[in-house]
Amino acid sequence: MERPNTAWTALSSKRFLISSWPWRSYAYLLSSVPVGLLTITLLIGAAALCALLSPILIGILMMSAFPLIGAAIGVLERWRVRLMIPAGVPSPHAAITSGFSRRARLTFRRRERASIRALGYGLLLGVFIWPLSTVFAGLSATVLGVTLVTPFIASVDEVGMGPWTLNTTVEGLIFLVAFAPPWYIVTSYILGALAGAEAELAKALLGPREEELRRNVAELRRSRLDLVDAFETERARIERHLHDGVQQRLVGLTMTLGLAELDLPEGEGRRLVVKAHGEAEAALADLREAVRGIHPRVLVDHGLEAAVREVADRSPMPVSVRMSLPHRFSTPIEAAAYFVVSEALGNVAKHAQASRCEVEGWVSGDRLVVTITDDGIGGATLDGTSGTGLTGLVTRLDALGGTLDVSSPPGGPTRLRMECPCRLDD
Amino acid sequence: MPVPARRLSIVLAEDSLLLREGLASILDRAGHEVRDSVGDADTLLAVVRKEPPDVVITDVRMPPGHSDEGLRAAAAIRAELPEIGILVLSQYVADAYLSSLLETTTGGIGYLLKDRVGHVTEFLASLDRVAEGGTVVDPEVVRQLLARRRDDGPLAALTPRELEVLALMAEGRVNSSIAEQLVVSEAAVRKHVGNIFAKLQLDDGRDRRVSAVLTYLRS
Repeated sequence: MERPNTAWTALSSKRFLISSWPWRSYAYLLSSVPVGLLTITLLIGAAALCALLSPILIGILMMSAFPLIGAAIGVLERWRVRLMIPAGVPSPHAAITSGFSRRARLTFRRRERASIRALGYGLLLGVFIWPLSTVFAGLSATVLGVTLVTPFIASVDEVGMGPWTLNTTVEGLIFLVAFAPPWYIVTSYILGALAGAEAELAKALLGPREEELRRNVAELRRSRLDLVDAFETERARIERHLHDGVQQRLVGLTMTLGLAELDLPEGEGRRLVVKAHGEAEAALADLREAVRGIHPRVLVDHGLEAAVREVADRSPMPVSVRMSLPHRFSTPIEAAAYFVVSEALGNVAKHAQASRCEVEGWVSGDRLVVTITDDGIGGATLDGTSGTGLTGLVTRLDALGGTLDVSSPPGGPTRLRMECPCRLDD
Repeated sequence: MPVPARRLSIVLAEDSLLLREGLASILDRAGHEVRDSVGDADTLLAVVRKEPPDVVITDVRMPPGHSDEGLRAAAAIRAELPEIGILVLSQYVADAYLSSLLETTTGGIGYLLKDRVGHVTEFLASLDRVAEGGTVVDPEVVRQLLARRRDDGPLAALTPRELEVLALMAEGRVNSSIAEQLVVSEAAVRKHVGNIFAKLQLDDGRDRRVSAVLTYLRS
């Protein structure tokens, strides 16, 4: 038979009375006494200290640290509750990045909802739970203890047990046999239920909350998408800025230089103007290249396939493109896919010693899949020096709920596979 | 300044004042008449509908959307007034935009990078070609198209010189212009053109050869 993993399942088990659960319940209830006393002392002490120091402001400032006491109580209580919930109660606190300073960590913990909940639990523990536990567990333990020693006491003195008066060892023994088992049985169930309820309360207040977790995840996801979106908007802004500003001026410059060439007679002056014209054109070409890396126009106007074809055309090796995409995707998805292909083709040209490359794209279910396969030497990874551009794209895809995988055995072929949900709204 | 084949009446659409003035001064000095210069696609359509010019020169990206308003205006003009030559200029050219230009038409159309305007003589020659019903495609676009077909069978059969001739044909140049560019005789160009059409199994219909080449490259 499987070991019960909570007090409730244990209570309904036939083996409850001979299992460790009654004793665990006793231990849990009785151990709440020192913890409860400690908690209430700590809370009252801290409150008194705050009140005492409030005239010099520090006291008021210190009050904001109360949730930290709650968090500490939470740690202790989650450890103690393992008596009743052997699997343990996971911490509701968010993991703090290692980059945080000690001060920032404390501020973060102080503001967490879970810390305030734990403080509330601490108050309950200090005011109600431990006295309640003491009354029930203490009473039943005392009665049981006294009952066990009744035969010895009855042999020397008269013992009054409720309505009965016991004078002899035999009477004591009869009382022990008749009274102890039912008392043990009844109190075990009562204490088991009480300890179980207290443990559930601790779990509810000190454990993670499902909807809180879900909300956190949803919020995180949204904020990451917002970031990706902001990133795209910013790129579009930069591109627009370059297009309307410096590009126009350079084009204007080439026009002026072109006109000057026509008017100048053959000679050194004309030669220099022609040279300047060439340089202005080279600057324009460089700028166009840079803009393509920031916010490719074809992608915006004609979508992923046209943009991928354009990158493929620029590649020094033959690249065949086979894409069947039924519709356009939202900008961050198209941009991520485009930059994966662009970065991958760049890497293939630089490192793979490939003679040809193939880009494929399709929609599988609700996911966009893009693969880039080359016949090069293989051995490519997503981390390390060869794929620095791609590692950034992994992060970007991650924010969209997508993935990037590479299969590149030594000797090739290398196949990069990108997957991404077609829709960003959940 | 070269003398134009004929004085053209031109409508200019370009949202940057700097470039509008630069273009206007080049066209003006070449002896053409810049009838109107406008800064957005709607005004362009209104002006052209009111009194059709010989040629419309338009930017691709214009207000309000700063996307491809110029291309859409060009398509609208071509549909309504097919006799007007259209020269589309862009800060950036790509084959992807060519289809929207070529779909509706076979001639009287041009698509050039704005940088080409600075090569005034060539630019004015392109303008004349568009006005005469020819096709002008930016060398950059042709390069893209050729890159796409480089591993293809028939293209691989062309000699390097024939490839050069093919690229110039795709740009919309006539034989004399190709001969001048490659410093060979027109007879030599004619021979190359014949070979190319034979190898690619295309029809050499004299006035439709640009679209034949482009269609082949884009297929």
